[in-house]
Amino acid sequence: MVDSALNNAAEPRGPKPKRAFSRANIFIYGTLLLVSIYYLLPLYVMIVTSLKGMPEIRLGNVFGPPLEPTFQPWIKAWAEACTGINCDGLSRGFWNSVKILIPSIVLSILIASVNGYALANWKFKGSETFFTILIIGAFIPYQTMLYPIVIMLREIKLMGSIWGLVLVHTVFGMPILTLLFRNYFTSIPEELFKAARVDGAGFWGIYFKIMLPMSLPIFVVAIILQVTGIWNDFLFGVIYTKPDTYPMTVQLNNIVNSVQGVKEYNVNMAATLLTGLVPLVIYFISGKLFVRGIAAGAVKG
Amino acid sequence: MSVTTEPSAARDHAPVGKPNPLFKNLSAKLASIPMIITALVVFVGGTTWTVVYSFTNSKLLPRANFVGLDQYERLWSTRRWMVSIENLAIYGICSMILTLIIGFTLAALLDRKIRFENTFRTIFLYPFALSFIVTGLTWQWILNPDFGLQNVVRNWGWESFAFNPLNDPNTVIFGILIAGIWQGSGLIMCIMLAGLRGIDEDIWKAARVDGIGTVKTYLRIILPMMRPVIITSLVLIASGIIKLYDLVVAQTNGGPGIASEVPAKYVINYMFRAQNLGQGFAASTMMLVSVIIILIPWAYLEFGGRKRG
Repeated sequence: MVDSALNNAAEPRGPKPKRAFSRANIFIYGTLLLVSIYYLLPLYVMIVTSLKGMPEIRLGNVFGPPLEPTFQPWIKAWAEACTGINCDGLSRGFWNSVKILIPSIVLSILIASVNGYALANWKFKGSETFFTILIIGAFIPYQTMLYPIVIMLREIKLMGSIWGLVLVHTVFGMPILTLLFRNYFTSIPEELFKAARVDGAGFWGIYFKIMLPMSLPIFVVAIILQVTGIWNDFLFGVIYTKPDTYPMTVQLNNIVNSVQGVKEYNVNMAATLLTGLVPLVIYFISGKLFVRGIAAGAVKG
Repeated sequence: MSVTTEPSAARDHAPVGKPNPLFKNLSAKLASIPMIITALVVFVGGTTWTVVYSFTNSKLLPRANFVGLDQYERLWSTRRWMVSIENLAIYGICSMILTLIIGFTLAALLDRKIRFENTFRTIFLYPFALSFIVTGLTWQWILNPDFGLQNVVRNWGWESFAFNPLNDPNTVIFGILIAGIWQGSGLIMCIMLAGLRGIDEDIWKAARVDGIGTVKTYLRIILPMMRPVIITSLVLIASGIIKLYDLVVAQTNGGPGIASEVPAKYVINYMFRAQNLGQGFAASTMMLVSVIIILIPWAYLEFGGRKRG
């Protein structure tokens, strides 16, 4: 806030606002505050519900703060909640998601960055065609590719395993990540590349010694994009894994929407919050980089 | 989206004297193999395979027993598919209009050089970081008739208040819409804000000199200038709408009955639950066709327009 105030002072534009509480300002802030309530309400409801006991929930004030806050629902959601016959809570889904997430990120970013580098600096005959197909592929509904991928994964004996899902995430993350890296590498001054070529560096030499160290910010953007995307995935998880290897989102849905037993809304909300926690933390920590990632993903892709 | 081809002559660093052009740039070609496989085998190959097998009567396993358009005839005479299409149309049109209006309005308000801009932006965008499953389950809880919003308002003294969209077949899709807009409008706000920031300050000065009011300037001058940004937003919203699946699964699982089914869910149900692959392939081919119908005019606008301009 201080920064932006200083910036405005440095370059005054237009007439200075005369009153802080003009009618226009009241309208603007009033609207923004009202809309903020709509956006914040679900998060608030999740938090307060997850801290209440069931008797308090049955009183029926979903917006009321917890009278006797308890962390029991959180513990139960993490360690005891049941899906089918397994009663070891969301923790299994969490660790599955971690096991899926890490190799997916490494593999997809490695491949996409090399793709982007090749497309930006080492064009070969047909490279632009493949790239165009890749980008068009990002718009094809996943449903038309689901079953052929099942067949391919069965052929390489990875159907139902975590590594199969890793491959699927790598494939479907490729269009947007390749685009991201290609555009970034294209913006690096060509003289650098030429100088390295003159010094005798080859494809991999230039990639590891020049491009990689220069493009750390874009790698961070790509990681943010992939962490949230893969963590939040449900469709691929439910199709390409089996109950033992279900990622967190699939397990969460099974816990909350299971038909048997008494519904424990506080445990459900604790489980929902636990699942949302990873992308939320990433979001609040990364701030501007997150926005940059989705802007790159959105406007360009 | 920018798939423009820059002149690549300057970047052709082929060593002179190599006879076989196949080995020219070999490392780059080898490094691009995963991309080539993805593009050709998964994207082109997979899609083609699904389209071809949509003309077969595959049940549990894919079989190349071609039956013409049978699957499509059955598809379009299935009530569940018609309900899915209708839901998608209602959800699609409403979410497109509302998301655009909300996104643009919020962006315009944030653009008024206000304090706490970052705070507001963070608040509007955070739902976008969440999974559709999380969004769906949260709104399912808030819209719960016994303990949620409806009950709270009744406890406040308005005894006859009724707001129970998720359990009424006629309104369930709007219950999903509330959640969908909550999650997606922040992204559009962000894109619109970037677009507004890209508009020349002189436009504002000129409008002020001419005595045009702020609201009028936004609607009559700025909005038409934002055409590319709006088109991008539309394509983005549209491609998200067709993929609509997780949110429905989490919030209503298609219920009550089949009242909130959507095409993506239809496809997955027939492919992986009902063991009627041919029907699933036909439905997914219809999804592909609808994407093509949306994409071609856009590609024409985007790339055709660029050539002319």
